[in-house]
Amino acid sequence: MSAATQPTEAARHRRRRFKVDRDAEEWHGPYVRYDIVKEFTLALIVVLLITVVASILFSSPDVRPVTLRSWATANPVDFAQTAITELDGTSATAGYGPPYNSTPGVSQHIIGPISLESAFGVHHPINTMKDYVIDPLETLPNAPAVHAALTSYTSASPSLQQKWTGAYEKGVAKASFTNGSLTLPPGNYGPVAPMISSLTSMARSGALDGALVSSSQFYGTDYTKPLLFIANGTYMANLAAAEHLQGGQWGMMNETGSYPGQAWLWLYTMWYQISPFTTSSNADAQVWAIMMILTLALALVPFIPGVRSIPRRVGLYRLIWRQHYRSVEAGAGTGSGGPPAAAS
Amino acid sequence: MSADTAVPAAPATGAPALLPEDADQWTARVRRRAVGAFPPERLLPDRQPAYVASWIYVFGVLTLTSLVVVLLSGAVLALEGPSWWHQSSVGLFVNSTHLWSVELFFFFMVVHLWGKFFMAAWRGRRRATWVTGVVAFLVSIGTAFTGYLSQQNFDSQWIGTQAKDGINATGAGAFFNVLNFGQMLMWHILLLPLVLGLFVVVHVLLVRKRGVVPPFPAKPAVVPALATEVAPVPSAAAAADEEIGEQR
Repeated sequence: MSAATQPTEAARHRRRRFKVDRDAEEWHGPYVRYDIVKEFTLALIVVLLITVVASILFSSPDVRPVTLRSWATANPVDFAQTAITELDGTSATAGYGPPYNSTPGVSQHIIGPISLESAFGVHHPINTMKDYVIDPLETLPNAPAVHAALTSYTSASPSLQQKWTGAYEKGVAKASFTNGSLTLPPGNYGPVAPMISSLTSMARSGALDGALVSSSQFYGTDYTKPLLFIANGTYMANLAAAEHLQGGQWGMMNETGSYPGQAWLWLYTMWYQISPFTTSSNADAQVWAIMMILTLALALVPFIPGVRSIPRRVGLYRLIWRQHYRSVEAGAGTGSGGPPAAAS
Repeated sequence: MSADTAVPAAPATGAPALLPEDADQWTARVRRRAVGAFPPERLLPDRQPAYVASWIYVFGVLTLTSLVVVLLSGAVLALEGPSWWHQSSVGLFVNSTHLWSVELFFFFMVVHLWGKFFMAAWRGRRRATWVTGVVAFLVSIGTAFTGYLSQQNFDSQWIGTQAKDGINATGAGAFFNVLNFGQMLMWHILLLPLVLGLFVVVHVLLVRKRGVVPPFPAKPAVVPALATEVAPVPSAAAAADEEIGEQR
């Protein structure tokens, strides 16, 4: 740096204006005894005691998970009604878009054309017809009738497939389950009827649960496919509604039973209870955008003029430091000396 | 090592004394900086300013001790694996301690956060303390969320199938799949606790370094008189530093 560009001594040591919401004067008042290890130990004992007592009194919730087997056993008609939507590509998963498939025009947008969902694309590909119906049925051993139905369906023209599945969708709406099998009104269902009937039996046996765990090897931990299939039906949603877990019931922050759940998600969950997010097709993207902005604002409170003044204007600090201010008024407590301010 | 190059032992500890020619080593420099920033009496003090006299201050240490209980109970659950607590009454009890310590942890942390907000605890070069605390809070939410997804019960299923829409809408669903139990478990017991631990350590060290924020001046009229600090004009680099967090 040249001499000409070097700041003057006066400028180098200019006084920075004290801003009461940003700066703090160094403490030169009295210090008191403080046993930090004792404080930590006592706090640990208190927390341990409360935790153990709460655990003994209230335990923790553990409602058994829904399986394809339990669903198809408890409500086989709902299972069959869902299965046909997987086959004809009208289920929620089939029309979801990224990251499961590339259904056009369904991605959520934050503002205008901005869709992060589309930008990242398909990462967990799911073809509901193939993954949920065709492939599992092909694994059935000693089932020539099912395999013949599969061949018939897959070799048919798309228009004929639609004719069969359309008829089945109408028929299964009036279906019943008696004597261990689905009973539908007479109709031109083609091979779809034996396919869905076999898939329902497969689910009731538990074989479909294993067939849908996304793993090409023995061990599997990815339950994306079976969970999405189950979520497409109404069975799990009805169970959730009974446990006050639906989105409109502040469900994201609740737990089964009367447990406190994730109460810290109240602000995130709140947006889903109010307009326009209750009806917006882009609600998820919009709520997340709002939460990101609010989160950033929380982290940057010390840097935001006006917001960082709120504590001083509210004045709650006077309650917190009431002893200090009493001492100041009494003329004691602002004295000098004592250890360095950073000693606490 | 030959006898004539033997390092003399320091009388107090028996450890080798620091030789002048070793002072430029990276190890010596790191040690000097660490001890300079955090002398033992600052890390474990015997005294604190008299204004630290309110129950609100207890919630910081309660948050920290709750985290210790969360980690301990989680470690016991990890010993037996994720399915243990569904099959064993002892496991269910340990899971309950994990759940309730998490609930306490969040309760104490939120009270601590609001307390610090109303004290404007970022004043006086403490902005980094605030920011690291907020980040620790956010990472805690993520850690708890992945914990709920790793329970292997109806709650996990429902929370996962509901939460996927929000996360997919951000694009994060491409690489953070809430329906993948194995992935969520790894995030819950390894990745997020590591990040949380890092921010908590930095946060606590900053509290030890900067101290507890002093009260607002009792009489605003005397503030200018108190502002006797004379600060040098920062260089360009230091000015940038000030912009991102450090007050001069």
